[in-house]
Amino acid sequence: MLFKESVRIAFTALFANKLRSALTMLGIIIGVGAVIAMVSVGMGVRQQVQTSIASLGSNMLIVSPGSASSGGVRQAAGSNVKLKLEDADAIKSKIKNIDYVSPTVSNSYQIVNGNQNWKSSVQGVTPEYMAIRSLTVGTGSFITAGDLNSRSRVAVIGTTVATNLFATANPVGQNIRINNSPYKVIGVLESKGQSSMGQDQDDVVIVPLTTAQERLMGITYVKSINIQVSDAAKMDQVQSEVETLLRQRHRIDSGKEDDFSVRNLTSIMQTMTDTTTMITLLLGSIAAISLLVGGIGIMNIMMVSVTERTREIGIRKALGATFQNIMMQFLIESIVIGIVGGAIGVVVGYASARAISTFGGFQTVITAAPIFLSFFFSVGIGLFFGIYPARKAALLDPIEALRYE
Amino acid sequence: MTILLSAIKKIYQIGDQTLAALDGIDLHIKQGEFTALIGPSGSGKSTLMNIVGCLDRPTSGSYKLDGQEVANLSDDELAATRNKKIGFVFQSFNLLSRISAWENVALPLVYAGVGKKERLEKAAYYLDAVGLSSRRSHQPNELSGGQRQRVAIARALVNDPHIIMADEPTGNLDTKSSVEIMDIFSKLHEKGKTIILVTHEPEVAACASRQLLMRDGKIIRDEGKGVVMDVV
Repeated sequence: MLFKESVRIAFTALFANKLRSALTMLGIIIGVGAVIAMVSVGMGVRQQVQTSIASLGSNMLIVSPGSASSGGVRQAAGSNVKLKLEDADAIKSKIKNIDYVSPTVSNSYQIVNGNQNWKSSVQGVTPEYMAIRSLTVGTGSFITAGDLNSRSRVAVIGTTVATNLFATANPVGQNIRINNSPYKVIGVLESKGQSSMGQDQDDVVIVPLTTAQERLMGITYVKSINIQVSDAAKMDQVQSEVETLLRQRHRIDSGKEDDFSVRNLTSIMQTMTDTTTMITLLLGSIAAISLLVGGIGIMNIMMVSVTERTREIGIRKALGATFQNIMMQFLIESIVIGIVGGAIGVVVGYASARAISTFGGFQTVITAAPIFLSFFFSVGIGLFFGIYPARKAALLDPIEALRYE
Repeated sequence: MTILLSAIKKIYQIGDQTLAALDGIDLHIKQGEFTALIGPSGSGKSTLMNIVGCLDRPTSGSYKLDGQEVANLSDDELAATRNKKIGFVFQSFNLLSRISAWENVALPLVYAGVGKKERLEKAAYYLDAVGLSSRRSHQPNELSGGQRQRVAIARALVNDPHIIMADEPTGNLDTKSSVEIMDIFSKLHEKGKTIILVTHEPEVAACASRQLLMRDGKIIRDEGKGVVMDVV
């Protein structure tokens, strides 16, 4: 009952000084609002980075050949010729938790159409490549399993290649020459723009893997095998299973080095996520400082309020108010500032995060965590910064307080 | 409800000088006595009243209120004593300015833990008793000085204490209001309340049945001791 009475007294006191209470709350409102808005911007950046990494292929393992060595002279990594298409098939059939396996070969060739020519990277791939690299075909179609079996001379080209060889004409159905052999263009990829490493992802020509191996390059091995794992948590397990399987298939005795290497993109992903988490934390903590400043504002105004109401405190004490009664009255007042300011701050923060994404073009992500955290933080700040003034009020000597003018 | 003080001293330390505001007070006030404390400024009237009112503690000596040694009470127990046993009336009224007369009167009941309905009923009863039933919802600044002091008296009475302490209750009032206020005190005396009044106006002191004259922290004259109204 006394608690209810204290809340009522707190509201009466806050309403008696509307402007002052509003300005004090403004500190908390700006603090909470800034935390929510800044964290949502940070989370937005993080999501953008994650999406762009995912477009590279998420949960990706890349198997590449090790270095060849002849007579003790070791060659560059990837110069080994022991990684085969059959290895890819074996991985696909024997290891669980794998969505796609995509072996590739690649090399640079001069591509010619009529009097135009262009040098580009030619990739020999299987149909899974499209899913694993999140490619979409703009016009025409992608390479099929049939193309792979019959070693068809067909090609899918990127938009950069299309523009350079065909200008504005539609390339689908036209013939191009790769390394002086004719290939029919069956599709044009939709533009993916630059990769995060600065490569033009549209400057590419894709042909069936078997065609590239036998008709174009004259090789029997593959340059890399991309494996998409179905579950990020299974990455390590799948990676070690792949390593074991390939060692078996390549008959490598224990104690000898692998003739291949398996890398994954999680480390890159991890770095990116760590970086964006840092950005979010940085933005959030700068905003939290303003929340702290708001708390000091509460303390300041509560000190003024206690001094101003010294006489009231004296009267209350003379009429029988205890230390606890007075302490509670002033604590509740500062907590009310924290709660009301925090609640308004949540609304303001939410609105400004939406405004940033609508008008600023920034992607923002609003989650419950920063909202609850900053709200309870502001209530806590009201409590913490209210303790000292409330204690000061409760400790006042009633005679001194009654004499105060 | 007797008040018994023996060898009460209150000593203030100002710099390296000591000042005895009360210098050995022995005083016995019986229940139902109407006592006026008179004396020049600085004679220790207010200090004595603060100690008797449990707002302050003596430096040395013994104060027994109703047989209980006040020095042994904790701060919270002192607060409860002020709340239940003693009603205060001040020279400058000391009403809270932002709340109505009604709520001002009900304030001691808040700290006594009385429910809201009962609070308002009791407050209304005592406002009636001082003749202010039509002014219940007025704020103190909408009332005249005499009316404010009557609100303060209603507030002092609301918890039905045995002792009323009044510090210059007519000091800020005109003659007509003063007479009204003193009337109320006389009626309370008739009802058996113990009243202790600090004043330096002889006419006001004359209303009391016992006059204590103080000088330099000592009681130098004590007249009309032991006159207690018979409660009818």
